Amino acid sequence: MAAGLDPAQGLSSSDRLGARRRLGGALWRRPWLRGLTLLSPSVLAFLLVYIAALVALFVSAFWGVDVFTSKLIHTWSLDNFRTLWNESAYRHVALRTIAIAAAVTTTDAIIAFPFAYFMARLATPRLRAILFVLVLLPLWASYIARIYSWKLILNSNGLLSWSLHKLGLPAPSLAYTNTATWIVFSYVWLPFMILPIYAALERIPHSYIEASRDLGAKGSRTLRSVILPLALPGVVAGSIFTFSLTLGDYITPTLIGGASGQFIGNVVADSALRGGNLPFAAAFAAVPVLVMGAYLVIARRLGAFEAL
Amino acid sequence: MSERRGTRIALGVWVALVLAFLYIPIAVICLYAFNSSTIQSWPIAGLTTKWFSPTIHNGDMQQALWLSLKAAGLATVIALVLGSAASFGVHRFRFFGREAISFLLVLPIALPGIITGMALNSYFTYWNFNFGLWTVVIAHSTFCVVVVYNNVIARLRRVPGSLTEASMDLGADGFQTFRYVTFPSISTALISGGLLAFALSFDEVIVTTFTVGARNTLPTWIFSEIQRGQELPQVNVVVFLIVLLTIIPVALAQRLTRESGILRTE
Amino acid sequence: MTKRTWALVAVLSVGLAFPASGVSKQHGGTLNMIAWEGYTQPQWVKPFQTKTGCTIHAKYAGSSDEMVTLMRSGGGSKYDMVSASGDASLRLIYGKDVQTVDPSKIPDYKNFGGAFKNPGNNTVGGKHYGISLQWGPNTLLYNTKKVKPAPTSWSSIYDSKYKGKVTVPDNPIQIADAALYLMRTQPSLGINDPYELNSSQFKAVISLLKKQKPLIKKYWALASDEIDLFKNGDAVIGASWPYQTNTLIGAKAPVKDVIPREGATGWLDTWMVSAKTKNLDCAMKWLSWISTPKVQAQQAIYFGETPVNSKACAIMDQLSKGSCAQYHANAPLKYFKQIHFWKTPIADCGNGKKDCMDYTKWQQAWTQLKG
Repeated sequence: MAAGLDPAQGLSSSDRLGARRRLGGALWRRPWLRGLTLLSPSVLAFLLVYIAALVALFVSAFWGVDVFTSKLIHTWSLDNFRTLWNESAYRHVALRTIAIAAAVTTTDAIIAFPFAYFMARLATPRLRAILFVLVLLPLWASYIARIYSWKLILNSNGLLSWSLHKLGLPAPSLAYTNTATWIVFSYVWLPFMILPIYAALERIPHSYIEASRDLGAKGSRTLRSVILPLALPGVVAGSIFTFSLTLGDYITPTLIGGASGQFIGNVVADSALRGGNLPFAAAFAAVPVLVMGAYLVIARRLGAFEAL
Repeated sequence: MSERRGTRIALGVWVALVLAFLYIPIAVICLYAFNSSTIQSWPIAGLTTKWFSPTIHNGDMQQALWLSLKAAGLATVIALVLGSAASFGVHRFRFFGREAISFLLVLPIALPGIITGMALNSYFTYWNFNFGLWTVVIAHSTFCVVVVYNNVIARLRRVPGSLTEASMDLGADGFQTFRYVTFPSISTALISGGLLAFALSFDEVIVTTFTVGARNTLPTWIFSEIQRGQELPQVNVVVFLIVLLTIIPVALAQRLTRESGILRTE
Repeated sequence: MTKRTWALVAVLSVGLAFPASGVSKQHGGTLNMIAWEGYTQPQWVKPFQTKTGCTIHAKYAGSSDEMVTLMRSGGGSKYDMVSASGDASLRLIYGKDVQTVDPSKIPDYKNFGGAFKNPGNNTVGGKHYGISLQWGPNTLLYNTKKVKPAPTSWSSIYDSKYKGKVTVPDNPIQIADAALYLMRTQPSLGINDPYELNSSQFKAVISLLKKQKPLIKKYWALASDEIDLFKNGDAVIGASWPYQTNTLIGAKAPVKDVIPREGATGWLDTWMVSAKTKNLDCAMKWLSWISTPKVQAQQAIYFGETPVNSKACAIMDQLSKGSCAQYHANAPLKYFKQIHFWKTPIADCGNGKKDCMDYTKWQQAWTQLKG
């Protein structure tokens, strides 16, 4: 065996200064060129397409539109924002959406935490893997279908009413209410909350728990003082998903919601898809972006980005 | 395991309840695929497989499915190429604006889909693109890239850099090192990232609504059929088949990432 | 290569192989249409497709706003035809989204009733921008078992007797229905035309609608929404179209509709052809087909509206006895004139004044009203 170079892998001791090796060498000696070739396709594509489109969209928020012809009027004005600020209806819509997003986030955090705790600390490795797949699987089962199935369940002749009647309980009429919207949102985003909390809990070394016990803390004290603070970044990371997904969604309010009020997603979608008023839609769409921006700044302080 | 037995039992019950909560709606709609009546009420009138044949032969559904598969496939390929290239670039080089690139790539997922949809719709209209397969592919690639990027960069952080250097010390050039050393170590990250990107694209509806034009992908077909309410049994059948067929890729992705995922199986 | 690498190659080649196999081309062209639900039923679409080889893809819309926006989306080249009502057609004409059509190329045009040959909503400056299709009233739909006695006035959807069980269309043009009600019940407001409202009249109408809001279960966006609401018992009374009545009765739901004593708004629809269509040939074939007496009769009976072809009445009675009279196909001009057909509100009040609310204000008011 000569010199340990395996010809089967294309390595040989002869000095083959072929084009490939020259190119490889040139790139190795110029790291900035390597970096540039690797990064420029994606960065350029993003800048020229996605970012350009976003900028154009938010610029159009300062323009107007002729409703008769749907043509953009390129005069700069703050009219859209003034309308949003002055008309109380839009404030109500925004607050309602934020309130539901907060309710959904809280609900999901409460449901997810014990589940994630079991997964991280009490399940055997095999059970953990199975539970992981079971939590991921619903995300693959068609988002629209999962919302629609709740319509079937919450109908007056659906599964929920039938079950409650069998138990002798009165069946509340939940179809087309904000309660129904809250339930469906909590359901759809739950896996997004479970996984980050699980990741955070799983990172807590067992020695911390033991140390806490050695120092005399009971279970609930350990939970409060050791586990919860360490799991908080995971909760915040999950909440980023549930909050932002709820703020921008319009499918669930359209299929499940009623007349009790619109959400930001509805108003933006209606304005764009039915009203032909893209500038106004863009202006109102800035609201969830700003809210999420503020939320992300707070989340970063609480260390959520390490847990993602 | 130092928790009390009572706590363990209570948590076990909680887990079972949450799993029921997650799966009952899916089970309900799969069950309705066999509902003999067109009226979607509970309890089910009777069981039948008569809806399967008309659904599979539904031309609109077939075209929608085909468009979904094509778009997801193309978007995944683009995401794999751009996402892994970007992750290599960010992982291996220190430069000004490094964090900005991660932020840039995550924007399409962080911002609500309706914003991405409206922005791209205006963009495509302005440049007179024909709405159809390629507008959907471009739209889907924007949020698929970050999925591959995250997977690959997480893996690259675990792979010691010394392997690359050792390979080069032994005489391999850059391309050989990539082919024989680097690529095998990230291949499972690429596969799981690719599968996740495919799933995201296949199921996406909001951005697609704004960029698909007069055609339909499978999710937009399902959405419009649900709203029209005339072919609901067929929708139920389609969903049932989707659920059945996605168990395989999810389990596959799980197997592949077992050693390097966040599940420690020691 | 390792197994994993093969797996990756398999995934990539699957991803790349798909675009290579394209969808087979259709003969005769495809028409992408925007239509009201019930306007492109297989009953008359299938024979058309067989006869001409043109394929029809329909996108269903629930309001004129949606139709206008869809028609203009993507630079106007996505859709070939649209079944526009009177409150959409002028917008499309002035927005240059539709093209002129020569009615002499449509064989049945000469059989159209006089009012439908050159109506103001599709004929501008002597040029025809489409062919009239059908017309009908917006009705009051109610559940015969839960709503007693049978309603005779629009007041039933404005008073709290059926609170939480009322439904009306999610459409700014619905303001005109409230205006029509006030036109008859509060003549002191001086409303002459429910689409021409000055500032104080508009305020009064909006405040009536605000009082109505707590009574509403859901504002329906598509006809199917309303059908679901009535089927599940979530709504027992509401503003509707005859299409919903026919569908619900077909599903054995106990409903009936009525035109209340205050009168009704309505629609007069035109099939229009996009200015940028690539399938003008198929489009013209569709216009001819949809104007023939048999298809006019079929659509009229299915949807519950009135055909514009005067020869359709006889066929309607053949297909379904008494349907000609039921859907007013032989009604005198007086009946036609008492329906307040949808039109786009503009600032010009028509009597020299220009202080009426234009449609932008209607849209904004409607969004703010829904809150």
